[in-house]
Amino acid sequence: MAAVRSLKPLAGGIALALMAVIAGGALLSLAVEALHGSMDGLGAFDSYLWRVARFTLLQALLSMLLSVALAIPLAHALHAHPVFAGRAMILRFFALPLALPALVAVLGITSIYGRNGLLAAIFRGAGLDVIPNIYGLTGILLAHVFFNLPLATRLILSGLDSIPEDYWKLSSQLGMGGWSRFRLLEWPVIRRNLAGIASLIFMLCITSFTIVLTLGGGPRATTLEVAIYQSLHFDFDIARAVALTLLQLGLTIAVLLFLSRAGRPSEEAFSLHTARRRFDHPSRREKFFHAMVIIAGLLFVILPMAGTVMSGLAADLSRLLGERIVWKAILTSMILGAGAAALSLGISLALVTAREYLATKRRHAPPGIFERLLDLGASLIMVVPPIVIGAGWFILSRHYVDPFSLAPIMVISVNAAMAVPFAFRILRPSWDTAASRHNRLCAQLGVAGWSRLRLIDWPVLKRPLGVAFAFAMALSLGDLGTIALFGNNTIQTLPYLLLQRMGSYRTDDAAGLALVLGLLCLALMMVADRGASRLENGR
Amino acid sequence: MRLLKTFMNSAILMSALALVSAAPAKADGKLTIYTYESFTAEWGPGPKVKQAFESQCNCTVEFVAVADGVALLNRLKLEGASTKADVVLGLDTNLTHEASETGLFAPHGIDTSGITIPGGYSDNTFVPYDYGYFAVIYDSETVKNPPASLKDLVEADPKQKIVIEDPRTSTPGLGLLLWVKSVYGDKAGEAWGKLKDRVLTVTPGWSEAYGLFTKGEAPMVLSYTTSPAYHLVAEKTERYKAAAFAEGHYLQVEVAAQTTNGATNPLSAQFLSFMTKPAFQDTIPESNWMFPAAKTSAALDPAFDTLVKPAKTLIFAPEEVAKNRKAWIDEWLSAMSL
Repeated sequence: MAAVRSLKPLAGGIALALMAVIAGGALLSLAVEALHGSMDGLGAFDSYLWRVARFTLLQALLSMLLSVALAIPLAHALHAHPVFAGRAMILRFFALPLALPALVAVLGITSIYGRNGLLAAIFRGAGLDVIPNIYGLTGILLAHVFFNLPLATRLILSGLDSIPEDYWKLSSQLGMGGWSRFRLLEWPVIRRNLAGIASLIFMLCITSFTIVLTLGGGPRATTLEVAIYQSLHFDFDIARAVALTLLQLGLTIAVLLFLSRAGRPSEEAFSLHTARRRFDHPSRREKFFHAMVIIAGLLFVILPMAGTVMSGLAADLSRLLGERIVWKAILTSMILGAGAAALSLGISLALVTAREYLATKRRHAPPGIFERLLDLGASLIMVVPPIVIGAGWFILSRHYVDPFSLAPIMVISVNAAMAVPFAFRILRPSWDTAASRHNRLCAQLGVAGWSRLRLIDWPVLKRPLGVAFAFAMALSLGDLGTIALFGNNTIQTLPYLLLQRMGSYRTDDAAGLALVLGLLCLALMMVADRGASRLENGR
Repeated sequence: MRLLKTFMNSAILMSALALVSAAPAKADGKLTIYTYESFTAEWGPGPKVKQAFESQCNCTVEFVAVADGVALLNRLKLEGASTKADVVLGLDTNLTHEASETGLFAPHGIDTSGITIPGGYSDNTFVPYDYGYFAVIYDSETVKNPPASLKDLVEADPKQKIVIEDPRTSTPGLGLLLWVKSVYGDKAGEAWGKLKDRVLTVTPGWSEAYGLFTKGEAPMVLSYTTSPAYHLVAEKTERYKAAAFAEGHYLQVEVAAQTTNGATNPLSAQFLSFMTKPAFQDTIPESNWMFPAAKTSAALDPAFDTLVKPAKTLIFAPEEVAKNRKAWIDEWLSAMSL
């Protein structure tokens, strides 16, 4: 048994090394290349750059705080009502923003809050002489919350779902009020996962590019990601690009360390049965409040998407769907996305199990550096810009293979790596809870290895695995960065096609393709949910 | 174990993917052309150009497409002397100086007398294949008095907004920067300081700007004089128009050249020469939406006659752009960030 278990840290180590190679290899090869060239760019750490760094941090921190702060009441309300018509659909919709290319989301948001949007039309209708102006920090935060509030809500909710049924029973018997229940039952669980969720959102926002420039209103709103792109793309100043990437990594690590200290998980052993059933009955006032929160959250997420759907429906969908190239792009996207999701799940599972193994072994001692790396280190890949990874690997591989033949492998592995932080956060709560519940029992009964995986772990894991797969795949479906870099006509994904149409006046086509992309993700979420429930009922 | 399985799964998927992507056919000769994506898009000039050239060269044309002209030059710099490109198509005159400094390009050695570019163009390495002018496009339904000059644009009512592109990340953005510089010279910073209030937002690329414009977020956008031709020909609408500026319009010339490697392939020069012929030039107006650099076999669609004809052509020498680009962008940055 010991021999079987000791493979976990090894697998975790390999997964971590893989992530490090993908990001670190690119950075290293760029750094070596930079040594051959001019280093002038390094001297340019001027006031412009400090302003950029300051703004980058400010917008990312604010976006993170807002997203998380708004997600807590939303997740709380959704959890308080585990059964109502449309709940499952809401949760599926909440997975969609992630898969939308930034440009599509920006246009969706302006169709609601823009100068010619729904809000402006309502103001006009009411005879008010107000034109909403979101360009600036407002627009950036609006877009970032649109992207991340649903994500945060889903992640917090999955944490809440791991609260044992008996806790609710007990709280009901003790006659706890809503507030005490939140404080004593929900908050500890939320808090435990909050650092991880907040750090994920922070990393998504710190690397924001299209949203920040397009909705930022001018060059005052510039992120480091823009500066990295500028130095690598327009100035071809590799040294500066590497230095800026390291600065971005440094800032992120500082914030992640702070977050992980602030939100140090409380160690609790769950040994009871969990279920999505509650025994408390919210008062009428609470019910009203919850309904309001859910409706507001839903509207916030769905309106910009509805804007996208409306423009999508205006497109000539039947012609679009009659195009061979569109179907080819859908197929390519699906294959790449499924490959990336599978790889991502493998890596994440290795990380999650290894971390839990180490955490269980050390018991109450503080976590070691390896465990911390398993926990957060792998996420750092998110803040290495795709253009840096692409250029680095291009340089590294150009003497050995045809870089174009490498494109599919790169797209799959980079997308997989980028999805790991998500899959990790979806899998970890379930795995940790299940492990602490089963470890001792399994040890007592001598259940280990394959039989434990089949009988004990698989039933608990299949649902989160399905959700994580769907999330990772949706994320990869919407990705564009890596493919654009390797530049190859033979691999055309759906977002690639979308931006290509957008870039040549075919705005309607682009809207239609955005609709197709959204429907594809929705279908994916439904299949994942169905598959998971069928598996559950099948037993 | 699980990892291994996933790897195997992805290997299977990968081979499935190889089936999806097309395999290039074999022929006697092969010409590899690096270009930008919109050139090879199915509605772009690429497919027609490939067909037309292949029918007369007994060879296979292989396009390799990257995002844009700037990425094209970067790709070449990254590949250096070992590049597979015979011909690079899609640099613009703002990049040619930097491109020749790499030493990766060879003189074309072809007859370019058929080429006419406003203001003239002669270079023994780079061959122009099309050109266009930057212009402010406005929505005639909301803008009744479009600006008649750059001065108008800078000084009129700041409530009427324009979306522009960022010179740090996009070619049209750099175009506007050079346009303002060529009109205002040393006073460009002040002009930007005034124009700033009129700028609704600065987008990373043309797509975002034009998307916001057609959504009605702003009544004006920086694009090309040829943009209305697309709306006229493809959408049959006269709604979007280009504003003619009294000071003249800034010119963008797109060029191609053979690499030093490509110079050993006779097909390269043959292609550059083909580029100046009607068979190539015919594809340009209605698929690249630019003006052809040489004769086409028939007159252009009447829509092109309705477009703004610039009173004056403005353009900086490539060396001047290369030398000053950073300083001018810094000037723009500090004026726009106030």
